[in-house]
Amino acid sequence: MVDQLGDVVLSLEGITKRFGTLVANDGLDLNLRRGEILALLGENGAGKTTLMNILFGHYVQDEGVVRVAGAALPPGSPGAALAAGVGMVHQHFALAENLSGLDNIRLGTEALLRPSSGRAARSKVQQIITDSGLDVDIDRKVAALSVGEKQRVEILKALYRDVRVLILDEPTAVLTPQESDGLFLVLRRLASRGLAVIFISHKLGEVLAVSHRIAVLRGGKKAGELVTANADRRAIADLMVGKAVAEVKRSAPVPGEALVEFRGVSLRRGVARAPLSDANFVLRAGEIVGVAGVSGNGQAAIAALLSGLAVPDSGEMWLYGRAVTSADPRALVAAGVARMPEDRQHDGVVGTMSVADNIAIEDVRGKDFARMGLLNQRAMRARATAAIAAYDIRCPGPDAEARLLSGGNVQKLILARVLERSPRVILANQPTRGLDVGAQAEVHRRIIAARDGGAAVMVISEDLDELFALADRFIVVHAGEITDAGPSERLDRGTVGLLMAGQTSAAVLV
Amino acid sequence: MSFRLEPRADASVGLKITVSLLAAVAALLLVAVPVLAAGRSPLDAYALILQGAFGSMFAFSETLNRATPLVLTGLAAVVAFRAKLWNIGAEGQLYIGALAAVLVGSGMLQLPPGLMIPTIMIAGFVAGGLMMVVPALLKQRFGADEVVITLLLNFVVILFVQMLVEGPLKDPASMGWPQSVPLLDAADFPKLLPRMRVHLGLIVGVAAAIILWVVVRKTVLGFEIRAVGESRAAARFAGIPVNATMLKVALISGGLAGLAGVSEVAGVKGYLSADLSPGFGYSGIVVAMLAGLSPIGTVLAALFVAAVFVGADSMSRATGISSYLADLVVALSLLSVLVGGFFLRFRVRYEPAGKPAAGE
Repeated sequence: MVDQLGDVVLSLEGITKRFGTLVANDGLDLNLRRGEILALLGENGAGKTTLMNILFGHYVQDEGVVRVAGAALPPGSPGAALAAGVGMVHQHFALAENLSGLDNIRLGTEALLRPSSGRAARSKVQQIITDSGLDVDIDRKVAALSVGEKQRVEILKALYRDVRVLILDEPTAVLTPQESDGLFLVLRRLASRGLAVIFISHKLGEVLAVSHRIAVLRGGKKAGELVTANADRRAIADLMVGKAVAEVKRSAPVPGEALVEFRGVSLRRGVARAPLSDANFVLRAGEIVGVAGVSGNGQAAIAALLSGLAVPDSGEMWLYGRAVTSADPRALVAAGVARMPEDRQHDGVVGTMSVADNIAIEDVRGKDFARMGLLNQRAMRARATAAIAAYDIRCPGPDAEARLLSGGNVQKLILARVLERSPRVILANQPTRGLDVGAQAEVHRRIIAARDGGAAVMVISEDLDELFALADRFIVVHAGEITDAGPSERLDRGTVGLLMAGQTSAAVLV
Repeated sequence: MSFRLEPRADASVGLKITVSLLAAVAALLLVAVPVLAAGRSPLDAYALILQGAFGSMFAFSETLNRATPLVLTGLAAVVAFRAKLWNIGAEGQLYIGALAAVLVGSGMLQLPPGLMIPTIMIAGFVAGGLMMVVPALLKQRFGADEVVITLLLNFVVILFVQMLVEGPLKDPASMGWPQSVPLLDAADFPKLLPRMRVHLGLIVGVAAAIILWVVVRKTVLGFEIRAVGESRAAARFAGIPVNATMLKVALISGGLAGLAGVSEVAGVKGYLSADLSPGFGYSGIVVAMLAGLSPIGTVLAALFVAAVFVGADSMSRATGISSYLADLVVALSLLSVLVGGFFLRFRVRYEPAGKPAAGE
C-alpha cells in the first residue's frame, strides 16, 4: 500500500498554542514525508485549524517549531511558509471569478513591473495538468467552471508554485462521490511523484480510501496515529472521541399520513442561491426522507420554504393539507415545524445573547416566556437549565453567551429548542456537519427517536454516510430538479452519486 | 522585532474598568499638550473646568441644563445603534419635535399645564419618530442608506425651520428676530429649582433612560431589538419580524430626539428658532458611544460632556484659553474610549528580535 516513502519534508515539533486558559494545541508532533498522504482527523475544536494556522504563520505558537525540509520556519510569517513550499486549498476558494483559470494560477506569482511571459506559464501549467491528471480548461473564465473544476484550478495554483506540501481542507464537501474519487486518483498520482499531502476531513470513508497514514487529534493532543492499511472505521472513531461509539440502530419506518407536500413548487429568486423548479414530493409522518445532492443544487430553496423564509413563486407547499401562503417562520414554528438551519452559527443562534435567550428565541412572544410584553426570565432560565441537562449542552450556564459554545453544543442547543416542542415536522439541514462522532450519534439518535414518535423528518446532508444511516427514503436534487430515488434499501452510493451528477432516474434505477 | 494582534476571548470586568480609567487619563494627558502650548498650566485649567461645571449650585444647574437634551439625543442614538440602525438625523428630529411642540402648544389648544405638557411631549415624540420612520421605510423598501438620508435631512429640516420662523410662524412681537410665536405658559416646563434654569426635561431624560433600560433588559420588544441588532440572520430565522422591529426602533429613536427638541423649547427658550440646538443631535452620538450604548451610562456620559462644555466656558473666561478646548476634550475622550475598546477586543503581543521561536 505505502509506496517508497522519501525524506521527512515537514515536521511539527512540540507545537503548543494557548488562548488564555484554553490549550488549543498541546505539544503536538507531526511528521510528513515526501510522497505521503496524511489524513488529519479530529472533531471541531480538536486543534486542526489552529495547527494549520500555525503552519501557515497566521498564528504564532507559544512553543515548538515548524520545519520544512529541515529548516525552521520563522513563526508568524505566511510569506515564509509559501516560499518554503507549503500550499493550501481552503474550503472556500480564493479565485477571481472574472479571470481565466490560467490568469488565476499566475496571479500573485509574477513581478509587478516585469513583462510577464504568458507562454512559459501556459506550458508549465499544461505540463502539470498532464502529469497530475487535473483536467480543466484553463482558458475559460472561472465563473463558468463547475465547483469541481474550480477546485482543480486551486490545486493547480498551488502546484504552479512548486509546493512540496499541499494541504486540503475538507476538499470533498463540495464534490459528488464520483468527483471525489477522481480527486483521490489525482492525489495518489501527485503523491507518487513526491508531493506530500495533508488531507483534512470528517468523513471516515474517504480518509480510509485515500490516505497512507492517519493522525487523529483530540483536545489539542495527538490521540493516535494509524497506518491506514491497518485501520478500520471503528478504531478511528474510537480514537476521535476517546471512547467506544455505539452505532445508532434504526427500525423499519411506519409511514403515516402526508404532513408536507410540494406540488409543482418553483422558487427562483431571493433566499436561495440555486433555484428549485417544479418540485413534487411528499413527507409522511413516521418517516425520514433524505435529500442528497451536491451543495448548491436546490437544497437551500427547499430549506428556505420549509423554514418559512420563503413561499413558492409557483406551485404550492402544503402543510397538514393546507397551502402555506405567507413566509412566516413564527407561524410554522407554532404549527409544529422544527427547523435546524444549515449554518447553525450564523442563522441558528445570536452569538452575543445568552443560551437561555437562544433557547427561547423562537417562542419569545409565547405565553411560556412573556406576559403583557414583559419577559419571564425565570421561566427562560428554568427551561434553559433543564435543556442543558437533558441535551448535555456543555456551557458555563444558562447565562453564558452562545458564541462561547462549540459547534456541537450549538447544535445541541438548537435540538433542545426545536425538539422540546414535540414537533410534527422536522427539517434537519446538515444536522451533523462539523460535529464529532459522539455528537453525531447523539443527533442521529434524537432524530430517529422523533421519527419513531410520529414526526415527518427531512434530512438534507452532503454526507452520504449520514443519509444512509438515517433516511428511509431518498430524494436527489440536481440543478434544481428533484428525483424520487425511492426507499434507501434499494439504493447504494454509486446509484445516488449518478443521480447527484444529473443522470436520469430511468437510466440509473433499473 | 514586531507587534502582533490577537483577538481576545472575553474581557474581564476589571480589565474593562482599567481600560476606561486609562482612556480618561490618556485624554487628559493629550489635552494638556495644547494647554501647555498656550502657556498655561493644565492642572489649573482642569481645576477651573471642574469649578465651572460643579463649583456652585448655579454652575451645577447649568451643567444639568446642558446635559438634559444630550441625555435624550444620546438615548436616541443608543436605541438605534443597538439595532444597527444608523440614525445620524437626531439633529433634524430634534427640530421637528420642537416644531410640533410649538404648533400644538402656542395657542392651537387651550389646556391646563397637567394636560398641555404631556400633549406637546407626545406631539414632539411622534413628529420626531415619524421623521426617522420614513428613512427606515426607504431603507427597507429600496435599500436606501439611512446614514446618508438622515444626515442630509438635518440640513433640510433646519432650513425648513428657518423659513418658518422668518415666515408663517414668525412672532409679530419679536421685533424682527427670526423666532416663532412663543409657547403658552401652560406648555412651559416647570423649573426644578428656584432661580435656576434646570427644568422638568432633566427628569424626562432620566426617566427615559430608566424606561429604555427596562425595555432592553426585561421586555419582549427589547429582546427582539437585541436579537435584530446582534444578528439579523438569526433573528429572521427564529421568526422575529425584523422589519417591524426596525420600524419600532426608528420610532423610538426619532421620538427621543424629538423629545429633546420639546424639552429645549418648553424648558429653556420658550419659542422655536433656527439656533435652538448647537448640535445636540450630533453630540448625542458622541454621548452614546462614550456610554458604550448603555442607557444608564448615557446619563453619566451626557453629564460628563455637558460639564466639559459648561466648565470650559468658565475656564475660558478666567484664563483666556479658547473654549474650543471643550470640543477637544470631548473628541479626545471619545477617541481614547474607542482605542480602549480596541484593546478590549485584541491582545497586543510584543516579539523582540532575535528570538524567532522557542526551541531554536
